[in-house]
Amino acid sequence: MFAIRKLTAAAVALALAATAAQAQVSDGVVKIGVLNDMSSLYADIGGPGSVIAARMAVEDFGAAKKGMKVEIVSADHQNKPDVGSQIARQWIDVDKVDVIIDVPNSGVALAVSQVVRDKGKAFLNTGAASSDLTGKACSPNTIHWLYDTWMLAHGTGSAVVKTGGKSWFFITADYAFGHALERDTAEVVTHSGGKVLGAVRAPLNTQDFSSFLLQAQSSKAQVIGLANAGGDTINSIKQAAEFGIVKGGQSLAGLLVFLSDVHGLGLDKAQGLVFTETWYWDMNDASRAWAKRYAAANGGKYPTMDHAGVYSAVLHYLKAVEAAKTDDGTKVIAKMKEMPTDDPLFGKGRVRQDGRKIHPAYLFEVKKPSESKYPYDYYKLRATIPADQAFRPEKDGGCSLVK
Amino acid sequence: MTEIFGIPVQAFMGQLLIGLINGSFYALLSLGLAVIFGLLNIINFTHGAQYMMGAFCAYLLLNKTGIGYWPALLIAPVIVGATGVLVERTMLKRLYNLDHLYGLLLTFGLALIIQGLFRNEYGTSGQPYAMPQALSGGHNLGFMFLPNYRAWVIAASLVVCLATWFIIERTKLGSYLRAATENPALVQAFGINVPRMITLTYGFGVALAALAGVMAGPIYQVSPQMGADLIIVVFAVVVIGGMGSIMGSIVTGFGLGIVEGLTKVFYPEASNTVIFVIMAVVLLFKPAGLFGKER
Repeated sequence: MFAIRKLTAAAVALALAATAAQAQVSDGVVKIGVLNDMSSLYADIGGPGSVIAARMAVEDFGAAKKGMKVEIVSADHQNKPDVGSQIARQWIDVDKVDVIIDVPNSGVALAVSQVVRDKGKAFLNTGAASSDLTGKACSPNTIHWLYDTWMLAHGTGSAVVKTGGKSWFFITADYAFGHALERDTAEVVTHSGGKVLGAVRAPLNTQDFSSFLLQAQSSKAQVIGLANAGGDTINSIKQAAEFGIVKGGQSLAGLLVFLSDVHGLGLDKAQGLVFTETWYWDMNDASRAWAKRYAAANGGKYPTMDHAGVYSAVLHYLKAVEAAKTDDGTKVIAKMKEMPTDDPLFGKGRVRQDGRKIHPAYLFEVKKPSESKYPYDYYKLRATIPADQAFRPEKDGGCSLVK
Repeated sequence: MTEIFGIPVQAFMGQLLIGLINGSFYALLSLGLAVIFGLLNIINFTHGAQYMMGAFCAYLLLNKTGIGYWPALLIAPVIVGATGVLVERTMLKRLYNLDHLYGLLLTFGLALIIQGLFRNEYGTSGQPYAMPQALSGGHNLGFMFLPNYRAWVIAASLVVCLATWFIIERTKLGSYLRAATENPALVQAFGINVPRMITLTYGFGVALAALAGVMAGPIYQVSPQMGADLIIVVFAVVVIGGMGSIMGSIVTGFGLGIVEGLTKVFYPEASNTVIFVIMAVVLLFKPAGLFGKER
């Protein structure tokens, strides 16, 4: 049974050998696996939209014209590290997947990074946040593409402290991501002369934040830092409005906010929120054009920065496979670090030795309802953080790959 | 300032009040479940999805027809209750003579289908649903700021729960229903239309879920996931209270809301699991539940 498969694969490979470049691609197919939360609180950030973004990248790369066979598969990790690692294992061992992409939820990302490392494949993480992925858990098979908790902490955290938010109280999602974000932001706050008055850990996917918001309110902190994401952030902000938190003089700092969250909240609840992202659809003509193409394929929903990240990462990956003439994970990742990146959405950038991709970060503020002129016109740009300052210096991460 | 168990009295009272608010949602939902199980012997896993449909019904009524919150409180339960009646007539009716498990599987499957359909259409970030003007804002009680809307939730669910209990336990209609559950053939022999009563009862239980959904709309996001996350906890509440007992589920709903609220103060990481720990303990010592009767 497997012999026949190998024979077919060999025949296909031989047939494609005419273009020479494919002779060393395993089974003749570059298989991309999009793994993320398809059904729960992070599904609008990545979800099925990431598959659309990946497909657009494969089309724009011109895989068909170059004779490269590229397949895309997808799965739901349900925010469970054991489910995520099991899917990754099965994909690599049985389904011959060469690269896994997206994986929001830092707990799952750390688990999958380990699996991919053990098997020598490639892992392009766009969705997760934990800065440990390029720090103490860095790997020669993983590239952290889009953003991380260090960038968020320094981008949003320093901006909020500068405008007078000196005392903080955290509401933290109780797993790897929340802890990392709280830790990195607390560091920024204390470094800038502020104080952390306390923190409360809420289970992931909490529906009702009233109890935690009450504790934040009674701490009398100037800033309530929301170290959570997706549905959790939406619920926190919505319920904070109910309890008169902002009216009572405290401010909310959304430490990780996506376009889909603002859309879910509505501008009257989200207005004034300040946060850091690395891409927004309305920033330049190329992004706008891409976003409209994406929206047409996605029922009118506009892309989040995660979708843009998937597109950018797949594009660079395919270029690296073409240049390296192989889809062996470790070799392609090395090639991706060697080649500078360039795509219509993020412009020029590069991938560091520790696996961190570098690009500028942007401080956005959510517009007031009266300022929004067309659908998804939600952000105004407050500041740009240049690429070399946006991310943690390579030597500070504790990554063993950095000499 | 005085402290109870290490936290200030004000914070403590505030958390108790919040626990009561959550408890009212648990009570309302577990009431519907208890009615359906106690009287019809069906484990209605679709309850969470029907709660979600109530919230979406209110959202669609507002956004497509301009009908606001107050009319939606009546209209949405009627619409969702009607779908419940449809389900009962076409599917559940065939399962009454079979093992409980078939009803569970059917309603579980229905829940997954309904949730999947809504998720396909709306995504999971949820839709905003505005709070009714009359109930926005709140009062500063001194130890906490109580939003008016949350106070309304406690009051409304208490009224609905007690009214339901009264109808089932103290009126003639309720006694017919209870008799029909124990011995349908005999009751039917007396000329009472038992199948129709059963259908309407299921519809009523579903309508209760939808009512809870409409009330949840302004404070939680109207999202396809909202029922799935709540239903497991509600089942635990019903099991602890006793599967057939109406008063049991009301009391337990409020009580467990308070317990969960207190856990969030002292050890928030466990707030998701404390109800299940209690369920395990109760089942060990009193398998029929705190207020239940052995069947």
